[in-house]
Amino acid sequence: MKVLVPVKRVVDYNVKVRVKSDQSGVDIANVKMSMNPFDEIAVEEATRLKEKGGAAEVVAVSCGVTQCQETLRTAMAIGADRAVLVQTDAELQPLAVAKLLKALVDKEQPELVILGKQAIDDDANQTGQMLAALLGWPQATFASKLELADGKATVTREVDGGLETLSLKLPAVVTTDLRLNEPRYVTLPNIMKAKKKPLDTFTPEDLGVDVAPRLKTLKVSDPPARSAGIKVPDVATLVDKLKNEAKVV
Amino acid sequence: MTTLVIAEHDNAELKGATLNAVAAAAKLGGDVHVLVAGSNAKAVADQAAKAAGVAKVLLADAPHLADGLAENVAEQVLGLAQGYSHILFPATASGKNIAPRVAAKLDVAQVSDIVAVDGPDTFQRPIYAGNAIATVQSSDAVKVITVRTTGFDAVAAEGGSAPVETVAAVADSGLSAFVGREVAKNDRPELTAARVVVSGGRGLGSAENFKILDPLADKLGAAVGASRAAVDAGYAPNDWQVGQTGKIVAPQLYVAVGISGAIQHLAGMKDSKVIVAINKDAEAPIFGVADYGLVADLFQAVPELAAAL
Repeated sequence: MKVLVPVKRVVDYNVKVRVKSDQSGVDIANVKMSMNPFDEIAVEEATRLKEKGGAAEVVAVSCGVTQCQETLRTAMAIGADRAVLVQTDAELQPLAVAKLLKALVDKEQPELVILGKQAIDDDANQTGQMLAALLGWPQATFASKLELADGKATVTREVDGGLETLSLKLPAVVTTDLRLNEPRYVTLPNIMKAKKKPLDTFTPEDLGVDVAPRLKTLKVSDPPARSAGIKVPDVATLVDKLKNEAKVV
Repeated sequence: MTTLVIAEHDNAELKGATLNAVAAAAKLGGDVHVLVAGSNAKAVADQAAKAAGVAKVLLADAPHLADGLAENVAEQVLGLAQGYSHILFPATASGKNIAPRVAAKLDVAQVSDIVAVDGPDTFQRPIYAGNAIATVQSSDAVKVITVRTTGFDAVAAEGGSAPVETVAAVADSGLSAFVGREVAKNDRPELTAARVVVSGGRGLGSAENFKILDPLADKLGAAVGASRAAVDAGYAPNDWQVGQTGKIVAPQLYVAVGISGAIQHLAGMKDSKVIVAINKDAEAPIFGVADYGLVADLFQAVPELAAAL
């Protein structure tokens, strides 16, 4: 069976972004970009399925600027067999990405799509669910365990207060949570091999998808600052402050 | 203009997050209706009817709505969507799971995790782990929104008397089935609803050492949370995680123990009213947001604090 893994190029996890002075957005010029960490978990999971014999082919896809090719090469270094880039310089919002992915699913006919539960830039947490809805497929979001057998996916999900397990009829969409797996380190030989793997490129027009944004960003501003308080010398002072100054205990 | 709020519940009890979403709905202006989709969930509908500011409660009751399966609940919402200008979900695991399905089927954008309402079509939402706040405007006919509960004070749970109207339940999609649930056994309050939260970080050193927080949490009647670093290291379960990719909390008192204060963690707790940090590293970024910082060995300070309270 074929597994499709959408991956997003985002500002690296360790970068603290700054809001631009004209409030038009955050400054991402010259900052390190990486694969969205949750998508990395998705690529790892698909690769493990393949290694266990559960998946025949893993196809990584990304939507965005030319440099997303680097993200796709990383996915192929982890273990994806080939990659597809939907190349555009336009701003892409989750609904547009879900429509692009649906067009690729129609083309590729995978039985499973695995992707991150949210991207760490826009923190939207929408694309997987939207894709599932557009396809009319079942979904299991926030997965911490995935098993495939007899045309079904059994997925354990991280929910408020614990875990729940669902059984989905394939084809299905699964979004990853942190504890699904720990992605491997990519090795130099695998990076070299990834350079030779096929990477096809389409445009949104090729796929017949209108990607016009639906939400207009009026401004991006700094969050309300929280100023540092005081350091207390010992536990007794702390208890006194909490009781008599903050009055919270 | 009428807003539909999707209730969060367990078929017996209406969850508090619903009341925060109703508060956000009230800020939009217009009537507020609440949908309870569940199984044998009349009691939940009756509770929702008492919430302040609710004009009508819709109850869809069927066995296949018992477990909040996204496919079924989204269809239920879509069947009622006509006539609503806004559809709001609490930004909980359940709301986040279902809302995008509704938005995609309506071919509209979803606005995730709003923390403020600037107008009927304009909302503020955090991006980049809360390091920036985006003000976004939706031009779609229906606005599908998830509401960050810490951004809105809950409406009163009592005082209203809205009528409860039964609506026909949609058919079971048959696409997914509920298998089971492992609810963490816990006498403590729920993390997102707790008045006090005591959280541990990598400084605790092990799952065993995490127990040092228990007497303190007992004394304070607190929920126990953890940083992602502590969860990743296996010291604490994932549903304790506070931060960008975990739970967003805003208690009256947040006690951060052995937490350095990575931006992803701060994103989940910096709206707490009072923050206390206990860490042996005086340079830890957590002290930058703490009202009261104690530079100390947590293994001495935490038991001492528990004893002194």
